[in-house]
Amino acid sequence: MGVAGGMVQQVTVRGPSWDGRLTVLILFLPPALLLFTLFVVLPIGEAAWYSAFNWNGFGRPSNWIGFDNYRFVLETRAFWLALRNNGLIIAVSLAIQLPLALTLALMLAERFRGAVALRTLFFMPYILAEIATGLIFSFVYDGDYGLVASIWRTFGAEPPHLLASTDTAMLAVLIVIVWKYFGFHMMLFIAALQSLDKSLIEAARIDGATRSQALRHVVIPLLYPTIRLSVFFAIVGSLQLFDLVMPLTRGGPADSSNTMVSFLYNNGISRMRVGYGSAIGVILFAICVTFAFTYKRWFMRDE
Amino acid sequence: MSSAETNRSPFDPAVLFKAVFLAVVAVFVLVPLLATLLGGFKSLGELRVNPFGLPRHWEWQNYADILFSGRYWQLLRNSLIISTLTVALTLIVASMAAFTFAHIKFYGSSMLLSYLTLGLLFPAATAVLPLFIKVRDLGLLDTYFGVALPQVAFSLAMSVLLLRRFFKDIPYELLEAALVDGCSYVKFFRYVTLPLSRPILATVGTITFVNSWNAYLLPLVMLNTDALYPWPLGIMVYQGEYSSEWHLILAFITLTILPTIILFLLAQKHIVAGLTAGAVKG
Repeated sequence: MGVAGGMVQQVTVRGPSWDGRLTVLILFLPPALLLFTLFVVLPIGEAAWYSAFNWNGFGRPSNWIGFDNYRFVLETRAFWLALRNNGLIIAVSLAIQLPLALTLALMLAERFRGAVALRTLFFMPYILAEIATGLIFSFVYDGDYGLVASIWRTFGAEPPHLLASTDTAMLAVLIVIVWKYFGFHMMLFIAALQSLDKSLIEAARIDGATRSQALRHVVIPLLYPTIRLSVFFAIVGSLQLFDLVMPLTRGGPADSSNTMVSFLYNNGISRMRVGYGSAIGVILFAICVTFAFTYKRWFMRDE
Repeated sequence: MSSAETNRSPFDPAVLFKAVFLAVVAVFVLVPLLATLLGGFKSLGELRVNPFGLPRHWEWQNYADILFSGRYWQLLRNSLIISTLTVALTLIVASMAAFTFAHIKFYGSSMLLSYLTLGLLFPAATAVLPLFIKVRDLGLLDTYFGVALPQVAFSLAMSVLLLRRFFKDIPYELLEAALVDGCSYVKFFRYVTLPLSRPILATVGTITFVNSWNAYLLPLVMLNTDALYPWPLGIMVYQGEYSSEWHLILAFITLTILPTIILFLLAQKHIVAGLTAGAVKG
């Protein structure tokens, strides 16, 4: 097409095409913006507002108590337990789940009989509903009928009620978390491994690197972006964890296995303490946003 | 990683270690699932003495009773309605917004896009109390829409990002040619963009579906009537009623996760692509 021809068509198109664009702007954008503002952004703002009141959700909030709700939250022992548990979840994700996922990915990224089937199997827990997973494991841990109890009994020992003791409840929840989520992280690593530039590894091998040297000095460094992403997902996931805890322990016994969200549910939502619950929500929001920005800034700058 | 060493003898300790390691993990994953499936075929008494093995006497009655009860189907129906509403609305609303962001330059476009992606930063739970009050004030409490609309709102951020990236890759010449031929933007969206984007629509649709199908917190807060409960709520109620009749609960769990597993095996490609989509930066 010649320059002149292009010019002519530009002129003939401009009028109707601008109208078209305006129509699209007016029709296509508002539904998304409206829904997002109404159900995501406004509630966060309102949480900040409600958190200054002592309010049970009926009528209008009128009993202004300033920052007292935040003080009450910070004075609650269960809040710090929940925060500690979220820390534990992150620690287990980093210390156990991530190495496990990476090892499995390195094994299963190669082609051999059964590799694809194993990948599917390991990913399966991830797609199961957390509620179902929690119920399955509350059976596994059940002191009378469960799998753990039956193993204990074959050794002639009195079966423990793992979920009913403050010493073991959180440990039991942590094992379920690894069971459910390692496959997701494994898939992340497999996807990354498959898109790696194989020639780099071959070059290292030709230069005399052993298999494990090539792994340590070439493959793992190439996976750093994915590792950072996996850590990001593990932390974000820990901060939202709720569904899994409810069928297992409901956060108990004695708040020993609460996460931030189950603490919010047990103390704010289920008792309709709107102000108090909103304060927890705002604290959780602040943690999430601070974390997301810091992490992006420090660890994911190059992406 | 290298193919040079795949022909090693099976007695190589490294190969042996790998086989054992994979087997141990496979057992760790499989045993709870199989015990659940098989447990549903046992009587309560047998479950107590034989939780691992095959049932000595297959109790089809446990499964049959649930399958012939209205309750199970009602739960699945409710879940299906809520998930379908969520998926349909998400796809429509998000693809329209993504199309605008991909093809139309306007003042504030990048600002609005960043505004939407704020939704990626925090979980729905943070503001669930004010959300409850909002849904109540809108008169949507205890309705399917009271669950579906917030779910759509929270899935928008990720969906718009994924769709926009795909839409942007549709050759600009195609849009130009269509406009020259007198096709409007809206028609282009309807007859060119959407049909060309089936793979990404399937991916976004599948993620949204799985998330909505499995969701617990939002329905828990927004619904009060048993008759409207989706299955994660229903199964918790069921567990409460049959507290230690584990054979029935296990059968119920098996039947409720079965649709997910079947869907997963059928649409595995989309599900894995969708759920790990955040990994691919764009």
